Amino acid sequence: MSAVAKVYRWEVAKLLAQKRTYLGLGAAMLVPLVFVVVLVLQTGGPNDVPLGRYIRETGLATPFVVLFFMSIWGFPLITALVAGDIVAAETHNGTLKTILTRSRERGEVFVGKVLASLTYTLAVILGMATVGTVAASIAWGFHPLTSLSGTKVSAGHGLGLLAASLGVYLLPLAGIAAFGLLLSTVTRNSAASVVGTLMWALLMQLLGVLPGTESFRAYLLGTQFEAWHGFLRTPADWAPVIRALWVCALYIGVPLVAAYVVFLRRDVAGE
Amino acid sequence: MTAAPPVATRGLVKRYGEIVAVDRVDLTVEPGDVFGYLGPNGAGKTTSLRMMLGLIRPTEGSVQLFGRDPLVDGAKALAGVAGFVEGPRFYPYLSGRRNLRLLADYDDGGARLRIDEVLDVVELRDRAGDKVGGYSHGMRQRLGIAAALLRRPRLLLLDEPTTGLDPAGMRDMRDLVRRLAGEGITVLLSSHLLAEVEELCNRVAIIRKGRIVYEGALRDLLATASTGYRLRSPELERARFVCLAQAGVDEVAQHDGELRFLAGEDAVGALSVALGQARIPVTALVPEVASLEELFLGMTEGETADKAEAVA
Repeated sequence: MSAVAKVYRWEVAKLLAQKRTYLGLGAAMLVPLVFVVVLVLQTGGPNDVPLGRYIRETGLATPFVVLFFMSIWGFPLITALVAGDIVAAETHNGTLKTILTRSRERGEVFVGKVLASLTYTLAVILGMATVGTVAASIAWGFHPLTSLSGTKVSAGHGLGLLAASLGVYLLPLAGIAAFGLLLSTVTRNSAASVVGTLMWALLMQLLGVLPGTESFRAYLLGTQFEAWHGFLRTPADWAPVIRALWVCALYIGVPLVAAYVVFLRRDVAGE
Repeated sequence: MTAAPPVATRGLVKRYGEIVAVDRVDLTVEPGDVFGYLGPNGAGKTTSLRMMLGLIRPTEGSVQLFGRDPLVDGAKALAGVAGFVEGPRFYPYLSGRRNLRLLADYDDGGARLRIDEVLDVVELRDRAGDKVGGYSHGMRQRLGIAAALLRRPRLLLLDEPTTGLDPAGMRDMRDLVRRLAGEGITVLLSSHLLAEVEELCNRVAIIRKGRIVYEGALRDLLATASTGYRLRSPELERARFVCLAQAGVDEVAQHDGELRFLAGEDAVGALSVALGQARIPVTALVPEVASLEELFLGMTEGETADKAEAVA
């Protein structure tokens, strides 16, 4: 097993041993469950959001609708909870000194932490989608999905579209995680990093709805949360997906490189 | 070619803005030393250790551990080196054993296979399954030693290892350090506990306001202050005249029913013969040995230290 793989494995083990991890994961899985229960008990529905009007047609629609709602602050907050904490908490607790005086290079430790943060974000998205799909399918069945273009796609194909949508939805979340890691590394303060990351994500959302921002709106991180809509059109619209790929690469790459440089060079002293 | 020493710092400086935490520190720790790094709180001991372990970057100067610089060679410079600064820190939500497994995986070689062995050394095997969050301070200190021993170190850097321990814990920790040193491990021990250093160390460096004011053998340090003698006799006045007449005996003074004077060993020998010839009974003739504490305080506090620094 490579050095980075060993660090990564222990970073995941540390996350699994902390209650906070389950708070975020539990919240992500609870939201679609509550969503389904409420819709079962009520007659109305989220008709104004993508796929909202088809929510009772098939269990496949629910995770898409939850993706929309949770993109505003739910998933950014859950992502920030871990990414903003993963370096700062170790600095605060003094354990960073413990692991940096072993045989692993700083770069290996940092990469392990980045991979663990992204794994957590992936687990959160998969947890939400799984619970949402299963709960909604129990309530309304596992039927063909009506796309955003109004055409029907088979349930199996719909499941594939869900997987692809989750994949592209992960990109802006990874951008938020990268920013959280940067704040966590620079500020060495968990609370400041988590709140700062959330504020940054909300700012991106806010800029996206303000008048006068049309010229650069397509390149805001918040906008990339809608890129999955491209998969739900017939034929598929690849333009938002491709734009999300390179725009998010910048939102991920720039903070991560900055955080990496800071992590490599910083003094690790008592806090 | 001689092997590189376990620790060699040259012109080590660490500044935080206007504050100079460590000021041109030159230290050499030789193989087999139990080296005491002494200084009052805030003198720069922990900052020096952090630089040695590569945790912070020196503003100037260099650190070499067995000839390797942590800044240049990264984690490779810590091969054969283990220890902790400001007390060992662990993940409170993991058990002692899982903490050691984690650290073993952060090391190379078969460190995992030695976990039980090192837990036995520090007598923590029975509590290894408990979460570290529930450990006492002493247990954490011992787990810190266990974590260090996983690396099979040739050099142990320990920052105040007995701080916060109760007397029994301090005794156990000192026994452990003594045992490890007996096994050939070089130890650099930072401390402000003078009795501890006096008990464990063969060489010391004393740091004051970031600067080294003494480095050398502890025995030599103690010897520098043992030029005074005390003499007791039922015939003190006659004894005083003999002292005053004796060549090489200076600054004779009567104080608290005894005589005090400065003299070399040869002069004291001649004096004892002269007292015998004068048939003056002597009940005590003993050197005044300054304690390490007196020397330490003299070097690190007040006017004496400031004058010494000014001269330096």
